[in-house]
Amino acid sequence: MDTNKISAWDRVVLARHPKRPTSKTLIDYIFPDFLEIHGDRLFGDDQAFICGIATLNGMPITVIAQEKGRTTEEKIKKNFGMPHPEGYRKAIRLVKQAEKFERPVCFIIDTPGAYPGIKAEERGQANAIAQNLTELITVEVPMISVVLSEGGSGGALAIGVSDQVWMFENAIYSILSPEGFASILYKDSTKASEAAEVMKLTAKDLYEFKIIDKIIKEPNGGLHDNPQTAFNDFKKSLEETFKELKKMPIHELLQKRYNKYRLMGKFEDI
Amino acid sequence: MDNFFDVRKSKLDVFNNNIRKKVVVQTKINISEGLFTKCESCNELIFHEDLLANLNVCPHCNYYFRLSARRRIQSVVDKGVLTEMFLNVNTTNPLNFPGYLDKISQYQESSQERDAFVCGKASIKGIDVAIGALDSNFMMGSMGSAVGEKVTKLIEFATLEKLPLVIFSASGGARMQEGIFSLMQMAKTSAALKYHSNAKLLYISVLTNPTTGGVAASFASLGDINIAETKSLIGFAGPRVIKQTINQELPAGFQTAEFQLEKGFVDLIVERHKMRDTIGKLLKLHKKEV
Repeated sequence: MDTNKISAWDRVVLARHPKRPTSKTLIDYIFPDFLEIHGDRLFGDDQAFICGIATLNGMPITVIAQEKGRTTEEKIKKNFGMPHPEGYRKAIRLVKQAEKFERPVCFIIDTPGAYPGIKAEERGQANAIAQNLTELITVEVPMISVVLSEGGSGGALAIGVSDQVWMFENAIYSILSPEGFASILYKDSTKASEAAEVMKLTAKDLYEFKIIDKIIKEPNGGLHDNPQTAFNDFKKSLEETFKELKKMPIHELLQKRYNKYRLMGKFEDI
Repeated sequence: MDNFFDVRKSKLDVFNNNIRKKVVVQTKINISEGLFTKCESCNELIFHEDLLANLNVCPHCNYYFRLSARRRIQSVVDKGVLTEMFLNVNTTNPLNFPGYLDKISQYQESSQERDAFVCGKASIKGIDVAIGALDSNFMMGSMGSAVGEKVTKLIEFATLEKLPLVIFSASGGARMQEGIFSLMQMAKTSAALKYHSNAKLLYISVLTNPTTGGVAASFASLGDINIAETKSLIGFAGPRVIKQTINQELPAGFQTAEFQLEKGFVDLIVERHKMRDTIGKLLKLHKKEV
């Protein structure tokens, strides 16, 4: 299969492939010394987020990742990668910690979306996401977000405000799942493949829209075929980019980060 | 025995006539004259002028009708005067979504607004403010690029002019037809608010019915003071989505203004009639000595 020519829906299928590596696999491979740390200090420890500290070529960094789980048992424990508010609060706590100790932050996005449930609402899902969006814009260390497989809506964006946003080639990033989109706009969730084309959710589309800054190439059959090369490329880019971003004076880094999001959106002046 | 049936028949006739008459009367008034509005809650007919004067609240049962963005702002600012700003921002169709611009045109016609956000400069109880309101009559107050841009411009204006900011939200969330561009408006508006906040300026966010999705999960939740209007539905996911996900009924009072107060996500609940006075009081309490 030539991944240059496949449809948007094919990429959705690849992004959700049962054998596709999860954040845990990526972390184990590129950060062998990763030390997981837990909890939001407010309510609990959301298992849909794996957070910790690791070194990248000797440089300590904070890693904040959404994890879907690999086995059925793991998936249930991780709530299929759908975080509750405490997950977002754990993430922002560890970002602040990274800022204090001047560690760059790497976010790994992989979620169908923030969990829509009773407890999530009771504990302020909307508030947790909003807080992250507003806090991340002025964090005084370099930050990079990468969408590994699925970037679902506000639940992904809540760790997607960074100096650079990257995507793996067959990852998707969208306002809603194609099924949800089809069910709202076509009143028919079975039209998801049609929706996927219209939504422009592939890495290629989003790169053209300047929503993302880099695409990490995957092997032809998808990431699960042979993830090592893509993982190594990602690690190398991460090293190089953090090195570059660290050279930038903080006020310039923050100004650039602000401008990046400020320019997003398409409208006309009349 | 015959007598029994006669009595019953005459009772039935009276009943039927009354019901029929009632229906006829209502239809006649609603269609031919348009002077009355039927309350969606208690079914009483309300003289249209009375409803307007009562800020779209039913005088019989206190039901809250929707309030357009423009009337919402007029209802709280001094003399109802708004110096409107950023009128030149117009919606486009970034994903070439079929029928989107036609839909926009229809809403523009019915609402006489360009999109779902009206904003500008005004004063409340003599204090200058940057003020804006989402319009739930315009595509459910959804936030696309144009709405996000206007919200951001308003926040940046407030930061630059050192003004307190008041935003009324009424929205189903991000606008699906603009896909990822709508999603990014959440980041853009929240980023602008961080700089407004760092400048030690006051932001009052008023969450009205309904405030959900991408608007709830961005600027609407970020007030120094979050006010919920009485009887508003406020939450991240809509009740239907949650019900589908968990496959069970939702508890009574879920996602109401009272629920948000109890869970600690809004500072106070304010009735529509007291909104102007409450905002005025808050502005006064935050006024800096010059």
